[in-house]
Amino acid sequence: MAQLTFREAIARGIAQEMRRDESVVFLGEDVGAAGGVFKGTVGLLEEFGGVRVRDTPISEQAILGAAMGAAMTGLRPVAEIMFADFFAVCWDIVANEIAKSRYMTNGQVTFPLVIRSGNGGGLRFGAQHSQSVENWAMMVPGLKVVVPSNAQDVIGLMAASIRDDDPVIFLEAKVLYSTKMDVADGEIVDTLGSAKVLRQGKDATLVALGAMVPKALDAAEELAAAGIDCTVVDVRSLVPLDTTTILREVGATGRLFTVEENPRLCGWGGELASIVSEEIFYDLDGPIVRITTPHIPLPAADALEDLAIPSVERIVTTVTKSMNT
Amino acid sequence: MATTTVTSGPTDFATKLSMYRSQVALRQFETRAYDLFLENLVKGTSHLSLGQEAIAAGFATAMKKDDWTFATYRGHAHTLARGVPMTPVLAELLGRSNGLMAGKGGSMHLTSVEHGVMGSYAIIGAHLPIACGAAWSAQYRGTDQVAVCFFGDGSTNIGSFHEALNLAAIWKLPVIFVCENNLWMEYTRTTEVTSVEHPAADRAVAYGLERIVVDGNDADAVYDVASAALQRARAGEGPSMIEAMTYRHGGHSRADPAKYRPEEEVAEWLAKDPIPRYRSRLLDEGATEEQLSEIEAEVAAQVELATEEAKAGGVPGEDLLMKDVWADGGSSWRN
Repeated sequence: MAQLTFREAIARGIAQEMRRDESVVFLGEDVGAAGGVFKGTVGLLEEFGGVRVRDTPISEQAILGAAMGAAMTGLRPVAEIMFADFFAVCWDIVANEIAKSRYMTNGQVTFPLVIRSGNGGGLRFGAQHSQSVENWAMMVPGLKVVVPSNAQDVIGLMAASIRDDDPVIFLEAKVLYSTKMDVADGEIVDTLGSAKVLRQGKDATLVALGAMVPKALDAAEELAAAGIDCTVVDVRSLVPLDTTTILREVGATGRLFTVEENPRLCGWGGELASIVSEEIFYDLDGPIVRITTPHIPLPAADALEDLAIPSVERIVTTVTKSMNT
Repeated sequence: MATTTVTSGPTDFATKLSMYRSQVALRQFETRAYDLFLENLVKGTSHLSLGQEAIAAGFATAMKKDDWTFATYRGHAHTLARGVPMTPVLAELLGRSNGLMAGKGGSMHLTSVEHGVMGSYAIIGAHLPIACGAAWSAQYRGTDQVAVCFFGDGSTNIGSFHEALNLAAIWKLPVIFVCENNLWMEYTRTTEVTSVEHPAADRAVAYGLERIVVDGNDADAVYDVASAALQRARAGEGPSMIEAMTYRHGGHSRADPAKYRPEEEVAEWLAKDPIPRYRSRLLDEGATEEQLSEIEAEVAAQVELATEEAKAGGVPGEDLLMKDVWADGGSSWRN
C-alpha cells in the first residue's frame, strides 16, 4: 500500500502494461523527456527508452493516425492528446477512421489502442482548455469511453483499456491529477463497463463521473446530515455502460440525480434518463434530475468557472429542493 | 515538366508482361464497373482510375507481398493490383454478400488485409498519418515492410499531408507517399488553388525529401522510382515522396461528366494513355501481337466471370448489420 497521486497513477498504469507487453508503445507531445505537461508520464522514457516512448511534434492528426496505423499492424499504442479540447483538430482520425474501420471492413482490422487526454475544467484555463468532452466520444459508435475518478481506478482501468482489443478514449479529469489515495501494491487490473457503488443510501441515487464523483460523495455526506440518505454510483465507463448496476441502484431508491461536468445538451445523463424512463419508469418516485454545467463555453475567472461546473453546494441544493417538492 | 525519362522497368520480360496484364485488368474491370453503374447495379458513388493504371501496376509489381497499400476512395485499381480477385471487388461495388467486405464498406473503402491492402480512405488526407503508423510498427518490430500510401493532388493542401510528411521525415519511417497528380482536384484545376507547380514534390523538399516527379503514365518509369524508394525505405533511409503525373479519363466521380476540362487537354492526355503506350513498347521489345491479344482475351474472360459471379451474389443478411463494431464481433454498448 502506498500513497499515490492521480498523476503518478497514470505513469504506473502505463508502465505496468509496458513491462508485461512489448507491443505497448506510447506517444504524444512532451510526454517523454518532459514527462508530460501534467507530469503524468514521468519516468516512462527513462525506463522504456525513446523507441517505445516517443515525443511527437504538435501534430494531433499525425499522433492519432500513427497510433491507428500501428494498432492495425500489431502494436498496442497509447497516445496522448494533451487537452481533450484538442480532439477537435483530429476528430476525423477518431470518429471516421478508428471508430468505423473495423465495421466497414467486415472485421478485417482491429484497433487495440488507448487515447488518453486531460479533460474538463476547474483549473481556470478558459474555454479552449477546459471542456469536458466525454459526450463527444460517447456518441460515436465504435469507441469505448473510460473516465476514472481516483488513482486506484486509473491504474486498473488503464490496464484494462490497454489490454482491450478496441479503441478506448481514456479521459483524465485534470482537476484530479493532484488528488491522493492509498493504492494497493502489485499488478492492478480492472474491468471496463463496471460501475462502482461508492455509498449506499435509501432515499436517492446520485450517478456521477470523473471529477464529479468526489463532489457527489461530499454532497452525499452533507445531505445525510440533513436527513437525505444517498447512494453514489461512479459510472467509470460510459461505453460499455453498466446499466445493470445503475438501474438496480436507481430502482432501489426511486430517484435519479445525474452529476455531469459536460455542457448540458446531449450529456451522458440524458441517455441515462432515457434508459431509466424506458426500463424502470414505474420504480421511480419522482422526476429524474440532471445536474450539469450549463450549455455555455467555460469562463476562465475562478469565480465564474466555479459557478458553471456543478459544485457540492449546487448538488446539495438541487437534491434537497427536488426531494422536498 | 522535370520528369524522370531514363527508364528500364523490370529486367525480366515476364514481369513486364505481367505488368501489362495488370494494367489491362484494371482498365477492363473499371470499364465494366462503369457499365454496371449505367445499369444501376452499382449504387451510391464510385471513383474510377481509368487512365491512371500505370501507377497502381508499377507500384504493385515493385512491392513485396507483405508490404502495405493505403489507398483512397479512388482505390479499385490499387486493390486489384495487389492481387485481390475481381469477383469480391465487383461484388462489393454491387453490395452483395460475396463482396470483399460483404457489402459493409462499398466502393470507397476496399480493404483486403490478406493482400496487404490496409484500407481505402474516403476522407482526404487521413490515411497519410495512418500509413506512418504502419511504417512505425514495421520499424519498431524490425520487419522490412514498407507502407505505400497513394493519394491525389487535392490531398496536398490538407493539414494531415503536412503533419504526416514531417513525422515520417523526423522518424525516418519506411513509408512512401505517392501523389497521383491528375491535374484536377475534383472540379478545380489544382494549380489554381495551390501555391506551387508540383503540389507534392515541391513541398517534399521542405521536409528534407528529394524532389521526385515521374511520368505516371509509364509503368516502367513508375516501377523504377518505386523500386528505388522501396529499397531506400528497407535500408532504413526513411520516407520518399513521389509525384506521378497522370490524368483521369473520366470525371471525379460517377456524377461528374468532367465538362470543365478543355477538349485539347483531354485529347493530349488520351494520346498518352498508358496502356496502348505500354503495348507498343512491349511489341518493340519483342512481344508478339498474339501474346498480347491473348492476355487481353484472358482478362476479358475474367471480367465476364467476375460479373456473373458478382451478380449471382446474395443480398447481405441482417446478421451483418450489428456485427463487428467491436473486436468481439458484436456491437453491444451496455450490459
